[in-house]
Amino acid sequence: MGTIIKSYEPTFWDKLYFPALIRGLLVTLKHFFRRKITIQYPDEKYIPPEGYRGLHRLNKNQDGQMKCVACEMCSAACPVDCIHIVPGATPWKGGKERYPVRFDIDLLRCIFCGFCEMACPEEAIELTEIYDFSNYTRESFMIDKEGLLGVYDLTKDQNFYSQGKKKNLQSLESSNN
Amino acid sequence: MDILGFIIICVKVLAVFAGTMLAILAMIYAERRVSAFMQGRIGPNRVGPKGLLQPLADGIKFLTKEDIIPDGVDKPIFILSPAIVLIPALMTFAVIPFGSNISLFGRNISLQVADVNVGILYILALTSIGVYGIVLAGWSSNNKYSMLGGLRSAAQLISYELAMGLAIVSIILLDGSLKLNDIVSSQQGSLFSWYIFKQPLAFLIFLIATYAETNRLPFDMAEAEQELIGGYHTEYSSMKFAMFFMAEYANMITAAALTVTLFFGGWDIPFVDESSLGLVGGLLSILSFIVKMGFFLFLFIWTRWTFPRFRYDQLMKLGWKVMLPLALLNIFITAGYLTVAAFV
Repeated sequence: MGTIIKSYEPTFWDKLYFPALIRGLLVTLKHFFRRKITIQYPDEKYIPPEGYRGLHRLNKNQDGQMKCVACEMCSAACPVDCIHIVPGATPWKGGKERYPVRFDIDLLRCIFCGFCEMACPEEAIELTEIYDFSNYTRESFMIDKEGLLGVYDLTKDQNFYSQGKKKNLQSLESSNN
Repeated sequence: MDILGFIIICVKVLAVFAGTMLAILAMIYAERRVSAFMQGRIGPNRVGPKGLLQPLADGIKFLTKEDIIPDGVDKPIFILSPAIVLIPALMTFAVIPFGSNISLFGRNISLQVADVNVGILYILALTSIGVYGIVLAGWSSNNKYSMLGGLRSAAQLISYELAMGLAIVSIILLDGSLKLNDIVSSQQGSLFSWYIFKQPLAFLIFLIATYAETNRLPFDMAEAEQELIGGYHTEYSSMKFAMFFMAEYANMITAAALTVTLFFGGWDIPFVDESSLGLVGGLLSILSFIVKMGFFLFLFIWTRWTFPRFRYDQLMKLGWKVMLPLALLNIFITAGYLTVAAFV
């Protein structure tokens, strides 16, 4: 035997329905006049918040030398093995002893987890706010050392998307391979 | 008939037809923009200034798409039914007075294509024919979802038509005429001579019934895309689909015009005597008609994005158990009032 439990008994006012209908209409009308949240993408771009994990960059110190010491901590931490480093002795004076001869990141493998920047003891590798770096070939997603340093120059001073002028990202994917 | 009169009628027919088509285009644009605004989006804004040419782009797309007639459909009826839906939808506007009389070329021209004696009956008859097109489209498609859509449309028809007709009867009782022109002219004068203030209940019943008649949410069971894919127009493509689409908007425009005519004084501007203003008065009356109609068209879109769809048994319950008794009660009260008023 089942029993019917009435948790809500509509009053006469509720049964008229029209007050509720009008309240519903007012809700949609309120939204009609609200600010629209659409971002018209290629014309205006979403500005990501601090800490967004986008395209990588290799930081430089105040002398303009790259901070990376080719310790390969990042490539060890990388869960998808997308960072490939060839270490070598630093050719310039006054710096660290080691530096990466080659520093390649396969952006198609990268999952943008940010483990590399957490693992880095020199704060050399960082993820930037750049999110729209689409391209036509697979090869162009292999970003090399020059490319990563170029990203640093683009993003060191201010947010990439708040700079207002169009940047050609193809140019910083550089002369790879 | 003299030549000038013939030309005037031709011009009126063309103006009303072009006006309706233009209103359909405007409604397609408005529907997309308003729905976008209500959802916090922007909507089409790329084709032309503010996206105003979007309906034209849609039209070109429909015209150039492949027109598919599936195997197994009942070909003659399948091809005919979009026309059965669209033509009555465009014809109904003929009897609606959209402005006061104006004098041009030494003549008194009424801004109405045809002043039919049985104007209201003409509209009720034509809008019901449109439903046949939907039922036939659903049946001839040889598709279970289309079939269900057509069935629902028929079920819908029997549940709203009675209440709608009875709501109009109370207006006719008050007015004593089936001519839409007479109904408008007896609503002239002050704001409170509009029938909305004399027959608020009839207005509510009529308004709800028009939503069912035009197949608009919350009563769009015939197409209910979540349940029936596209309902009766599932199998239609290209311009045939566009004809259903246009018919829906044409029906909305007629329904809005009829609501304005019956309950909101038609082209009447309250407290203004349009006939004393001459040609300006005529143009102002057209403007007032368009503004009032525009509000009801907006209301159509507004409700669409506010209320969820009724189940079709719920609509039948609403039609037969709520709206019909209320409409009868309303007629009873109106008739009783008129009888008493005749004796006193």
